[in-house]
Amino acid sequence: MGGIRTAGDLVARMQITRGMRLTQAKEYVAGRLGVSLMDLSDPVVMLDVRKERGLGASTEAGEILYIDDPVGLEAKFHIAELLGIPINSVERFKAMTGSRG
Amino acid sequence: MEHPIPTRMGDGALVRMTPAEIETAIRDGVAAAVKRAKVEPLTEGEIAHLLDIFSSRSRFSAVDIGDEVTLSYDGCGSQDMGTRVNDLQYYEQYLCADSVELYHHDYSYKPAKAVLGLEQTTMRQAQFLITAPCGYGAMPDLGLYTVPDGPIANWAQLLPMGRIAEARAAQEEAVELAADDIVFVAASMAEAGADFIDLDTAGAAGDADFLAALRAIARIRARFPDLGIQIGMASEFVLGMHGELEYEGVRLAGLWPREQMKLAAKAGVTIFGPAINVNTGKSVAWNVARTITIVKQCCEESTVPVHLNVGMGVGGVPMHILPPGDAVSRASRAAVDILRLDGL
Repeated sequence: MGGIRTAGDLVARMQITRGMRLTQAKEYVAGRLGVSLMDLSDPVVMLDVRKERGLGASTEAGEILYIDDPVGLEAKFHIAELLGIPINSVERFKAMTGSRG
Repeated sequence: MEHPIPTRMGDGALVRMTPAEIETAIRDGVAAAVKRAKVEPLTEGEIAHLLDIFSSRSRFSAVDIGDEVTLSYDGCGSQDMGTRVNDLQYYEQYLCADSVELYHHDYSYKPAKAVLGLEQTTMRQAQFLITAPCGYGAMPDLGLYTVPDGPIANWAQLLPMGRIAEARAAQEEAVELAADDIVFVAASMAEAGADFIDLDTAGAAGDADFLAALRAIARIRARFPDLGIQIGMASEFVLGMHGELEYEGVRLAGLWPREQMKLAAKAGVTIFGPAINVNTGKSVAWNVARTITIVKQCCEESTVPVHLNVGMGVGGVPMHILPPGDAVSRASRAAVDILRLDGL
């Protein structure tokens, strides 16, 4: 579906973590993003959406995502909030960086 | 006069078939599936669509815009260019994978357990860099628990000797060891931040192998309610190496994808991946028609996403180490168009 160049990773995440079938997963993600179903696989639309919401994208030597655009784990914090699901690495990061006192 | 179309055989060889020959192959593939798996045939419209796909001379075939599905993988990368984290990054950044999977080169849970600290470290590192869902995969691979690789008596040796009771007992013992290892590795990778765990080629060693996977999945699900769990089958039906093993009252030997899916969903998977074997002596069109016919009812009735295994030797894709893109794209498109798959 295009992965991080589109909304493929977001749709995949709803399948993998919530067992949503494809149509349900696409409708859910489109609803949360405020885009149409066709927009989900459109890299032109999704790049703007991803940058606005800090969802990560192709890094391409700093010419697509800039230093103030979230990537990797940073982006996953925003993805978790957007989709309303726990993301394991995000939860782990919070736990590991929490107070140990 | 019909002009021949370049197309492929199940071993990857390029051949030329007329549209009439392709249609015959498709209908024969459907009939073979109906006879073997006791399923309903494809409709005339679906057969016509398959003929349309396989009568094309294009190098590549694809679904319509908007009909794309998500792709999952049984391990990402070849592990011979850069690090394993680089492999995941290549898949995410350059191939635009919808999800990525870290794996140990000896792709089974038993050897992965021996190097678990390294696997956890790599997963943790990957989770900092990867945005897409990133999980860990391996095979239950029940055979690794038998002599000489493991402690259990080798049922593959006992069965030809007619020592059936001993062979069954050995498999039952191996099921427990394998399930323990799968759960241990899954829990450890979840601790390291994995988004999902993948049990690949479940059932490769027969019904005991499938049972080990199902039992492990149920235990993982009970302990990790939010962890993704993916299962990929080894073949189109479960071989009865034991013959009398059951899960939730259902005998495992002889199960086809629809019944496999029901048990996997009951155990707690979030993605089910059927695998339909390729006949290398038949055309790709024949194999794809047979694959789709067998899996169609499973897809219609599934309560979890179905990611059909479409790769080397399964799902209609030629059994060749470098499956040609013209064949892979046709098989993939045909499956998505007709089955309304959730993914590949």
